[in-house]
Order: sequence, then C-alpha cells, then structure tokens
Amino acid sequence: MVIRDLTLAGLNKEQLLNLHYTMLLMRHFEEKAAEGYTLGKIGGFLHLYTGQEAVGSGVNLALEPNDVVISSYREHGHALAKGVDPNALMAELYGRASGVSKGRGGSMHIFSKEHKLFGGYAIVAAQLPIACGYALSAKLLKENFVTVVYFGDGAVDEGAFHEALNLATVWQLPVVFVCENNLYSMGMAVERAWAVSSLEPRAKAYAMDFEQVNGMNALDVFQAAQKAVKRARETSRPTLIEAKTYRFRGHSMADPTAYRSKEEAEQWRQTSDPIVLFENALREAGIANTEDFKKNDDRALQIAAKAVEFADSSPLPDLQSLTEDIMVDPTGAIAWRRPR
Amino acid sequence: MRVTTYREALREAMREEMQRDERVIIIGEDIDAYGGTYAVTKGLAEEFGRDRVRDTPLAEGVIAGAAVGAAMSGLRPVAEIMTINFSLLASDQIINTAAKVRYMFGGQTNVPVVFRMPAGGGAQRGAQHSQMLETMYAHVPGLKVVMPATPYDAKGMLKSAIRDEDPVLLIEHELLYGVRGEVPDIGEEYTVPLNRGDIKREGTDVTLVTFSRAVHLCLQAAEELAHEGISAEVVDLRCIRPIDLDLVLDSVKKTNRAVVVEEGWKYYGAGQGIAAMIYEYGFDDLDAPIGHVTGVDAPAPYAKNLEKAAFPTHTDIVAAVKKITPVRSGR
Repeated sequence: MVIRDLTLAGLNKEQLLNLHYTMLLMRHFEEKAAEGYTLGKIGGFLHLYTGQEAVGSGVNLALEPNDVVISSYREHGHALAKGVDPNALMAELYGRASGVSKGRGGSMHIFSKEHKLFGGYAIVAAQLPIACGYALSAKLLKENFVTVVYFGDGAVDEGAFHEALNLATVWQLPVVFVCENNLYSMGMAVERAWAVSSLEPRAKAYAMDFEQVNGMNALDVFQAAQKAVKRARETSRPTLIEAKTYRFRGHSMADPTAYRSKEEAEQWRQTSDPIVLFENALREAGIANTEDFKKNDDRALQIAAKAVEFADSSPLPDLQSLTEDIMVDPTGAIAWRRPR
Repeated sequence: MRVTTYREALREAMREEMQRDERVIIIGEDIDAYGGTYAVTKGLAEEFGRDRVRDTPLAEGVIAGAAVGAAMSGLRPVAEIMTINFSLLASDQIINTAAKVRYMFGGQTNVPVVFRMPAGGGAQRGAQHSQMLETMYAHVPGLKVVMPATPYDAKGMLKSAIRDEDPVLLIEHELLYGVRGEVPDIGEEYTVPLNRGDIKREGTDVTLVTFSRAVHLCLQAAEELAHEGISAEVVDLRCIRPIDLDLVLDSVKKTNRAVVVEEGWKYYGAGQGIAAMIYEYGFDDLDAPIGHVTGVDAPAPYAKNLEKAAFPTHTDIVAAVKKITPVRSGR
C-alpha cells in the first residue's frame, strides 16, 4: 500500500498534515500568548482559541485565498489559518509598532488587508451585518469571493444576528455564518440562554441552509464548510453552520471559570481535544504517524516562540501615531484651522 | 442658477453621483416602493435599478452594518436612516464600527459611507420623532457631521460626502425638505467642502453661530435686528465636525460678541462645545459673555402650543442678542 495516495475527506497527506500543523500553530501560539499575558507583556483582554482549533482550521481549508474572513475578538486562530504572519500577530498582542494593526488594535482587533482577514470585532454580533456588506460588494461588484463570518453562541442572542441572517436570505448574499458554539457566552451556559437547543430552528426561520457539525472534528467542519462555500460561490446563497465545540480556557484570561466545574473542562480536554482526535484519525487511516506529528509540533512551537521573540524585541508605537489614521482626510479633525 | 427645493437638491446629488460612479448605491427603509419617507429618493430605483437602490427590512442595525461593510469592500453606499431617532439602533455600527475601524486596524481600511438622516422637530411628531442628536455623533472622533441649511449646500455637501473617503453623517432637517433656494443648473458641476462654514449674512455687531434649520431663524432674527440698528453676522457652520473654527473666530474678532443658536438641548451639547471653543481660542476678542439659544431642556411635546414653546424662534434669538449687545442710541 502506498501511503501517499490515501486521502481523508478528499484531502491528501500533505493537506492533512497542513491542517494538523495549523491546529498546532493555533495551540502553541495561544499558549505563548497566555504566558505573555501572565508576564504582563500583554494587556487588556485576551480571549484564547484553545480547544476550538478544528473549527477555524477546518473552515479555512475550504476557502480560496481571495475569500474574506471576518471574526469576533476571539480571532487569533482565524488569522493564523488565513495566513497572517504569527510575528505580526503576536506583536499586535504585545502592543508594538510591528503589529498587524500597528499596536493600536490589540488582541481583539486583528486585521490583515493582505490576507483578507478583515477584522476582529469586539461588539458581540456586530461583525455579522458587516459581513453582509462585504458579501453585497462581492455580489454587486461581481467579485467572486465568499465571506465567512465567525461568532460565538452569545452572538446569536443579539438582534444583529437576526437582522443579518434575514437580510442575507432576502438579498441572497454569498456569506457563510459560522457559529462556534463553545457552550458558554462568557459565563452564561447555552442551555440557560437559548430558548431552543440548536440553531436549526433559527436558520429555518430565515429560510437558510443549516448544518450542525462536531466542531472538535476538523474534517467534519471542513466538509460542512466546503458545501457552504460552494453554495455561496455558485448560487450566492447563505448558510449557517453551528460547530459544537468547547473552549479549554476561560472566556478571557481574566476569567476564573466559576460557572463550570474543573471536571467538566478536564473531561473535554481528555476526550475531545481536536488535535488528538485528528491525530488518531490520521493514524487509524494509516496516513501519518507519530513522527509526522512530532515534526509539526516542533515546527509550530518554534514559530510561536519566534513570534514572542519578535514581539518582545519590537519597538513600541511612536507617540505621534496616537492621532494618526483616525480618518483618511487629515483635515477631518475636530477644528479646521487655516494653515499658518 | 435656478430655484429648487432642499429635497430635490439632495436627490440631484445622489442621481449625479450615481451616474458618475457605478459603485454608489443607496440602501434604506422605504426608499424605493414607498418613494422615500420624505420622497428624497423618489424615482431613483426606476432610474438606476433595484440592485443599486435597495429597500431594506426595518432593521437599522444591519442597514448601518452592511453599509459599513460594503464601504470597506469597494462600494460607496449611501444609507438612508429614516430618522435620526431610529439611528440610535444603528449607532453601534456608526460609532463602534464606522468611526473606529481605520484607527484600530492600523490604517489598513477606510469607510467611505454616507448616512443620511433627517432630524429635528416642529411638526408635532412627539418625543420619539423630534430629536436633534447631532451632538452624540459630533462627539466621536472618526466621523464627519454635516448639517446643511440650504438647497445649494445640501446638494454640494452630499456630493462631497459621497466622494469622501471617511464616514459622513449628513443630517437633514424634517422642516427643510420643502425649503427653496438657488442651485446651479443641472450639468453645472459643483461641490461644497465638508470642512468650511459659510457667512450667510455679514454684520458687524454680533456673530450668530449656527447650523441646520436654525440658520433660517438666525437670518430672520438678523433682519429684525437690523431694523433696530444691530448688525448681526450669521455664520452657518454647515458641518459641525470638523468645525470651521477660524471662520467663527474671525467673525468674533470683528463683532466681539457671539450668540450660539441651535435647536437641540442646551446642556452638554454641540452649542456648548462651540461656545467653549470660542472661549478657549477667542476669549480676548469677547466683550460680553456668549449667548446661547436652544431648545427647551425637555423631551419634545405633542400639543401644538407646547411644541411651539419647546423650540427656539427668531424672537428668542433677538432677545438673546439684545441681552449682550448695547443698542446704539443717538444715531
């Protein structure tokens, strides 16, 4: 048997190992970020993606480079999957001039024009209407890109979610809504917050195609995303995907997770780690072995460590930049004064 | 030149910009089938098609958010918010998104969007349909707030706003749509900059600093004051963010007196902000405390007589001017 001919979900060994690497990069990057936060190098809020790696990496594999990704404040993983430079990403977390957003955005406001990662937004659900706007541009300007927008289970309770889904169907927008249901919106458990236990009826209410997937299984996510992206690209129709997942850490680094038991989190880590599950699947299919995994792990760890080095040695933003880039028009400041 | 209405002038601006630039689209509630709540967009869907003139569901949040996203990705959307009162439902996207993204994403993007919305009271529409609220937006760095008072300015500024690379709120006034004024003939291209005020009437004794519909009240007051021997200069700011501060200060340097006139509420508002700027940069030129004419500090009432008392009139302006301007006797 020739191993390199084996595929899973239509993906060859190289693609599968890339997917594995992406998840590991997310994992190590976030662990390094957590360390940076603990050391006081990273301030403000830091929302980690740990545990949810299969969602962002699986969806991203279904995208073309020209496709657009818009996200929430838990977006480091989405940025890494989209190809954003880990150095510039970590530098942003460190508040440095070399950060993707010049140190003015921070962890919650990652944006890379080059990679079409158009924003981490920190008002829950605000990114969904924005994504509709991007999708409208794709449609009217006849640019064949698909817009993917990520949000958590908390966002679906906001009015913006409903307004956006309705408009996406009414206007037939090429957008894929990806809900990463990690069971808690901050500390509010989904079963206490949602009137219905699945997103399916909400999708139905807006006549939208829906798929619920195991968000701990990268290949399940990939296959669902593939269908949704195809639907958007070929028929300009939106889809809602609910990826059921779990965040292994708190809502943010400031969260002592009093609302859930240590045992519950530990159980998820033990039985549902998306990286372990994926490794098991690759091993069982005879596609890759521990050596392959170790290679990826070492490489991801090294890249994450280098990102920290880069960030830590980068200069702080120039104080002059405090009032730069507020507007394109430099005369847009509050008082117009005659040039003197 | 010809005479047309504020409403027509706005429509002409959109029509011309849509002809000039295919990326310009209009989205909003009842802008097509209904014909526009204030008939500003009437006929545009027929002319430009329903891809570019898009009726939306009654959902201000997604109207604003989609307009912002569309602007960030290559379109030049004009979003009509039915009234500024409803803009509170869109204000998250206006203040938290439109005004922030360029800065917080390190200058990698910009938001060439226009939000058009009527404000103001005086038509017995009650507390939830009569607010100004421009103050709220003018407070926010990252936004431009434009409030034209005449058809000429409305057309020229809306054209500028559509071409502008930054988010612009063009705040109209419900009672201005029917106002008539001179506008260059169709085909005679002109724009009005978004950072310059305009002296609507020259004078020497007192400066009336104002914007939007209150400009007309000030012109009326200035006429009346002229009969009493007081020469009032009317400075129409036209945009309150950015504000043409030099125009105001130069006028105050000449008249040594200022009265700020606005329809909105008195406290913590645009008018107090303007007065504070005059005090800060033009204190030495002042011979008297700055006067301030505003709407009454109460929600807008419905009853006609109450409403009349709630909003400033030219008589209030005359009184405020007289309070700080000595009548020249013996002339």
